[in-house]
Amino acid sequence: MQCEEVRDVLSAFLDEELDPLRSREIQEHLDGCSSCADALGRMRGLAQRLRAEAPYYPAPDSLRARVSQAAWRDAGRGRDSGHRRGIAARSWLSAAAVVIALAGGTWLFAAHQRQEGLASMERDVISSHVRSLMASHLMDVASTDQHTVKPWFNGKLDFSPPVTDLAASGYPLIGGRLDYLSGRPVAALVYQRRKHVINVFTWPDERAPDSETPTRTEQGYHVVHETHGGMAYWIVSDLNPEELLAFARRVTGEEKGPMP
Amino acid sequence: MTHEGNLSPRELERFNEIVLPYLDAAHNLARYLLRDAHDAEDAVQDSFLRAIRHFDGFRGVDGRAWILSIVRNTCFTRLRGRRSGAENVEFDEEIHTAEEPVSGPDVDLERRAATESLRDGLERLAAEYREVLVLRELEGLSYKEIAQVSGVPIGTVMSRLARGRKQLMQALAPGGPKENG
Repeated sequence: MQCEEVRDVLSAFLDEELDPLRSREIQEHLDGCSSCADALGRMRGLAQRLRAEAPYYPAPDSLRARVSQAAWRDAGRGRDSGHRRGIAARSWLSAAAVVIALAGGTWLFAAHQRQEGLASMERDVISSHVRSLMASHLMDVASTDQHTVKPWFNGKLDFSPPVTDLAASGYPLIGGRLDYLSGRPVAALVYQRRKHVINVFTWPDERAPDSETPTRTEQGYHVVHETHGGMAYWIVSDLNPEELLAFARRVTGEEKGPMP
Repeated sequence: MTHEGNLSPRELERFNEIVLPYLDAAHNLARYLLRDAHDAEDAVQDSFLRAIRHFDGFRGVDGRAWILSIVRNTCFTRLRGRRSGAENVEFDEEIHTAEEPVSGPDVDLERRAATESLRDGLERLAAEYREVLVLRELEGLSYKEIAQVSGVPIGTVMSRLARGRKQLMQALAPGGPKENG
């Protein structure tokens, strides 16, 4: 084999993209030709340098937010139009019994979906909480001042999260960050109680009536889900459930005034 | 453009699972191809909007190759647009001098210089070579995957990588790039 022929495929040899037979031929040549072996060494060096030193440009947070928001919005429209199509297709069914049966089935299905949705959201909320503690990515904006944290979300979200000052009650705000739940960007507000970090995830949910689901405990974390004033809240921490619930009612604005 | 491709909740979940994770890879590729932070962000956003619109027609499993091919096509279209806008994109000094510094005050100067010379070397290559090098070295794609992204035969990927590496080595060699090499 000629050196020239070897040099042509050295790059593919380095990437282990040659067929085994060809690859063996090249290896045999390299064993006996120091100049081609040097060329391979230089090429390998370049590849290693690129991996170690070439700048990598991850997507900025603002781009990530815009993209997931776009997908989420598109899906919102999709659900509506799908629903309309479904109604049109079924409109020829005139028998009342059929309609009632369908409606009943849909209602059961919807209730089931909601249960499933809550359970999977609870898992998402907990893993997001754990991730925020582990990855040293607890906060994008570190501030104890609600007037700094709230405007930070401007332009990153299409809503403005309510930020409550509970420092006087022993729950200081320590910052906020952009997070993602169920494929949509949400505000994560970070509060602290003694050594316990509390993540408050919030986003608008205008259709839902005010509600509070019982505190649930999983993997050692307690989760409170509330809807208040058109906002959904998921609050998670390893703080004891009683204090967490009291905190949740204040932070959502459901209860006002100093904490007991 | 059709506006029919609205995502169902299940499709949204699938999109978030198999396409969205490659947002960083998409942005990195666009940044290298377009050599401009603002353009790159814009091109990636365009590409993802297109991907969302056409996701219901995507039957494959390789979300990475799919989104990267949309991104590279968007970028090459923009590059062609720039070229027809009179300037020569291949050796554009302005782009290099306008670069923001990579670092804070503590960064080892030598390392920073090495990084800058690598980036410079890469940015001076023709876009077709930059593309294969970024996909191979920074994303670790196989030749077959690169061929899917770029829409060229595997043999072309092979020869572009070989030539790209050779040119980059020449550019990084002491004495710098050959003036008309």
